Amino acid sequence: MSSRSVIPFGPQHPVLPEPIHLDLVLEDERVVEAVPSIGFVHRGLESLVSKKDFKEMVYVAERICGICSFGHGFGYCDAVEHIMDIHVTERTDYLRTILFELSRMHSHILWMGLMADAFGFENLFMDTWRIREKVLDMLEAATGGRVIFSILDVGGLRRDVPDDMLKSFLPVLDDIEKELAIDIKTFLNDSAVKSRLCGVGILTPEQVETLGCCGPFLRGSGVKRDSRKLGYAAYDDIDFEIITSNDCDTYGRTFVRAYEILQSIKIIRQAISKVPSGEVMVPVKGFPQGEHMTRLEQPRGEACYYVKANGTRFLERMRVRTPTFANIPALTETLQGCDMADVPILIVAIDPCISCTER
Amino acid sequence: MNNVNFVGQALKNLFSKPATLNYPFEKREFPEGTRGHVENDMDVCILCGLCQMKCPTGAITVDKKAQTWAIRPFSCIQCRCCVDNCPKKSLSMDKMYQEPGPEKTERVLDLSDKQKEVLAAQAKAAAEKAAAAKAAMEAKKKAEAAAAAGGAGNPS
Repeated sequence: MSSRSVIPFGPQHPVLPEPIHLDLVLEDERVVEAVPSIGFVHRGLESLVSKKDFKEMVYVAERICGICSFGHGFGYCDAVEHIMDIHVTERTDYLRTILFELSRMHSHILWMGLMADAFGFENLFMDTWRIREKVLDMLEAATGGRVIFSILDVGGLRRDVPDDMLKSFLPVLDDIEKELAIDIKTFLNDSAVKSRLCGVGILTPEQVETLGCCGPFLRGSGVKRDSRKLGYAAYDDIDFEIITSNDCDTYGRTFVRAYEILQSIKIIRQAISKVPSGEVMVPVKGFPQGEHMTRLEQPRGEACYYVKANGTRFLERMRVRTPTFANIPALTETLQGCDMADVPILIVAIDPCISCTER
Repeated sequence: MNNVNFVGQALKNLFSKPATLNYPFEKREFPEGTRGHVENDMDVCILCGLCQMKCPTGAITVDKKAQTWAIRPFSCIQCRCCVDNCPKKSLSMDKMYQEPGPEKTERVLDLSDKQKEVLAAQAKAAAEKAAAAKAAMEAKKKAEAAAAAGGAGNPS
C-alpha cells in the first residue's frame, strides 16, 4: 500500500482554458478520488434580470457562454416568446435552426481540436481548427459576429439572412465535409489515437442515466436521447437520426461528436432547401406575465431555461441549467481509478464549459 | 496501415500556402455587415439621446449642453442596438474591430460647426414657435376671461 498524495489540477492548466479546480488524490499513478471545485468566475448574470429590460436581457443571455452563445440566446428568447404567446414566423424558425446547427458545428470542431491537443496530436488540432475557421466565416457573414452573434431578439431575428447567402454556404459545407472526413478518419481509425481513447472513462448506460448526464456524453454511452427531437424551431420538419455509440468510453463520445458534425451539415442542407420566404420579425407588444421552462439541445447537451415574469419591464427570475453542470458528477465518477495521464482526456471528454456553468 | 491516415494531409499542409494571413502586410476583408465598432457622423447627429437610452451597457453619453457625443469603447459590446435605433441614421457600424489600448478611455466627438448652426436655427425656430403658441394661448385665455366676465354680467 503506497502513500496517497494530492495533486491540484487547474484552475489554470495548459489543457483547457476553463477555470475548474480538481484535487486529485493519487495512489502512485492512479487517481483514487477527484474533488471538483468551481466558483472562480461567477458573474451573477442571472440576477441581472431584475435590472435589465427583458429585451436587453437577450444580450446578457448570449454572453453567458462564448461557444454556445446562440444556444443561450435561443433558450431565453424561446422562453420569453412562450410566455408572451408570440408565434415567430416560419422563416425565423428555419434560419434559427440553420444558425443553431452552424454553431453546433463550430463547437464540436473546437472540441475535436481540444481533444487532439489533449492527447498530444498538434497537427490534427491545427487542422481541425483550420476547418472551424470556415464555419466562423459563414457565421460572421450571416450574423455580423464570429462568436457573439447578437442576431436573436424576442419575436424573431434582428436581421434577415438573404437566400443567396444561404445558397453560397452550400459549396463551403461540401468542402468542410470533404476535409473533415480525413480528420474524422484519423480520430476514429488511427491506432495511436485509439490507444489513448479506447477503454478510457467507461460509463455504462445505467450509470449515465443515474448520474443524469446529457448531450454527446450521454449518447456516447448508447442512450438515445436528444432534445432536438422535442421539435422546437424547425426541427420537427427535419429528418434526422439520433447518433449514439455503444462503446461507452471516450472513443464513443468522440464518435458521437464527429458524426454529429456531419449530421449538422445534412440538417443545414435540408433546412436551406426548405426555408420559406417572409418576414423574420413579428411585433412584440406589452410585457411578459407568467412563467415558462424551455429545454433545448445545445452543442454540449441539454440546457434548461426557466423564466418567470411579473408583467413589468423586468423579469422576476431567470434560471439556466447548463449541460456542463449535469456532466460534472459523471466526470468525477470517470476520474476515479483512472491513470494520471488520462485526466486531461477525461476532463475534455465532457466538453467542459465552466464559465457557462457558473454564469 | 492505420497510423498513416493523416500523413497525406500533413504533407499537403507542409507544401501548401499557409492558412493564416500574413498580417500586417495582408489585411483581412470583412464580410458585409460585420459589427466592428460604432461610428457617429457628427454632420447628421441631432443629439436626441435615443442611443444613450437604448445602449444595454450604458456606453454612450450624449451631452446636449456641451453638444458632444461620447462613447466608452471598452464598455461597448458591439450589439448594434444604437445603430438600429438611430432616427437620423447618423450612427453606423464600422467593419474594423475596436482598437485595443492601455487605458479604458472615452472617445468624445464634437458636433460639427455646420450641424451646430442647424441645431441652433432649429432650436431658435422651436423657441419662437413656442413663444408664439404661448402668446396665442394667453390671448385666448384673456378673451375667454373677458367673455366670461361679460357673460356673468349679463343676467344680473
